[in-house]
Amino acid sequence: MDIQILQYIKSIIYIIASVTFVVGLKMMSNPKSARKGNLYAAGGMTLAILATIFCHEGAVSPVIYVLIVAAIAIGTIIGWLTAKRVQMTKMPELVSMFNGMGGACAALIGLMEFHHNIGDAAKVSTIIAGMIIGSVSFSGSIVAYLKLNGSMKKPLRLPNYNVINTIMLIAVVVFGAWMVMSGTDSSVMLYALFAVALLYGIMFVVPIGGADMPVVISLLNSFTGLAAAFGGFLYDNKVMLTGGILVGSAGTLLTIVMCKAMNRSLFNVIFGAFGESAASGSADDVHGSIKDISTTDVAVLMNYSKKVVIVPGYGLAVAQAQHVIHELEMLLEERGVEVKYAIHPVAGRMPGHMNVLLAESNVDYGKLIEMEEINPEFEQTDVVLVVGANDVVNPAAKSDPSSPIYGMPILEVDRAKHIIVNKRSMNAGYAGIENLLFYNDKTNMFFGDAKKALTDLVAELKTM
Amino acid sequence: MESILAFIAEHELMIYFIILSVFVGIEVIGKVPTVLHTPLMSGANAIHGVVIVGAIIVMLNTEPDNYALLGLGFLAVLLGTLNVVGGFVVTDRMLEMFKKK
Repeated sequence: MDIQILQYIKSIIYIIASVTFVVGLKMMSNPKSARKGNLYAAGGMTLAILATIFCHEGAVSPVIYVLIVAAIAIGTIIGWLTAKRVQMTKMPELVSMFNGMGGACAALIGLMEFHHNIGDAAKVSTIIAGMIIGSVSFSGSIVAYLKLNGSMKKPLRLPNYNVINTIMLIAVVVFGAWMVMSGTDSSVMLYALFAVALLYGIMFVVPIGGADMPVVISLLNSFTGLAAAFGGFLYDNKVMLTGGILVGSAGTLLTIVMCKAMNRSLFNVIFGAFGESAASGSADDVHGSIKDISTTDVAVLMNYSKKVVIVPGYGLAVAQAQHVIHELEMLLEERGVEVKYAIHPVAGRMPGHMNVLLAESNVDYGKLIEMEEINPEFEQTDVVLVVGANDVVNPAAKSDPSSPIYGMPILEVDRAKHIIVNKRSMNAGYAGIENLLFYNDKTNMFFGDAKKALTDLVAELKTM
Repeated sequence: MESILAFIAEHELMIYFIILSVFVGIEVIGKVPTVLHTPLMSGANAIHGVVIVGAIIVMLNTEPDNYALLGLGFLAVLLGTLNVVGGFVVTDRMLEMFKKK
């Protein structure tokens, strides 16, 4: 076919792909059309990739086609299998990992394109910017991944880490600017910049506490989008631009929404990391005793309630107790008890994590109530069952200005008549803060692994 | 400095395009309910995998005997594919659970 016609076809396909990205994201805003939206975007992406390969201008050696197809084939198999096999609870870290892969891809493009464009300051600055952002996103995502899967539990903080990080950030930017201004073609310098950017990505995420990881992943997600957009600018490639910028702006907005849900600013998440104030308002000033409760007592209490609200948290996900909790809900509903789920926007490890998890066990949407709506209902609630949630129900967020989570909106479960907290042990939550709720007079602790404890509870209820 | 200014002037349309795209991104995402935040983040994550197009372009423009660049390019395409395929499949898995209602 005529070379020119192939170019027209490519342009048209890129337009179609860009539209599928916008429409796909739009459709994801509604549960009914969300899945279709994702498929549209995937279809558009496939078209764009095929058009890039097969509508290329100029002669290309067959060896290169073989390499490209081989790389795509291997990536598809690994990506597909990993995504299909992962457990629901591991999805957040997988998203972080895939995000890192995209960042690495952008960084590698920068490494490869640098030498071809020496002398063109505008292109070199685009390349350098894309490479830096891609590298930070890559190493940062890997750290976030390690933190979420538990390999890196405690936030690691050097003394004055904020100062160190700020200096590093300035150093990276100055280094990058120097690369552009000096017009150097030194590979050593290029790789040095790459290494410094990677190091900055690590230093950037390492001091941030695990509870803030969702925000970090969302932010890094928008970084990778930005890196892709720089690539689009470099190649004057509209589909990369649309995709990259869409994700860049959407990711930033999502990050801000998530920060708002925790009543903190992005600045505070990055620089104020949990911990400095945590030392002052923690364990020692907690007084009072905790009360144990038996499975039978919980069953009786629930059986004779009018209204039960379940507060799920990460512990539910870890114990894989989403199915048994649905069973409990149905059993109670059969007995005429009204059951609802109270969903805190940042419960779990990602916003919406609990929704995804409960949807897996076929819990009705209508029963998942968001924080603002459920809070006024706690007054009329007989029993609140907290399963594996901690920080999102910690009253210190309202009452203790010295607490690191002070100001975060919480589920006000202490307004209910009875509170039952299922937990494996008395360990503090992910943010590492003591929870006064457990010492409340209305609170009973229902110790045990969520899945086992709830299974016992369901069995007990069935005998009544 | 001059070349940067010239670059901006030359790419005037592109810059308009970028600014408008930013607003489209914000507008499109703005109405997503909390329920769908995780799948949305995951879906957006898959979409920025479009960076793979750049990796493919580099590969197509590389001489077949430049092994170092081909090696890097191969890795870049592989990682980009992981981002795209893994991202869309995982999003689909999350959304699949919502459909039975």
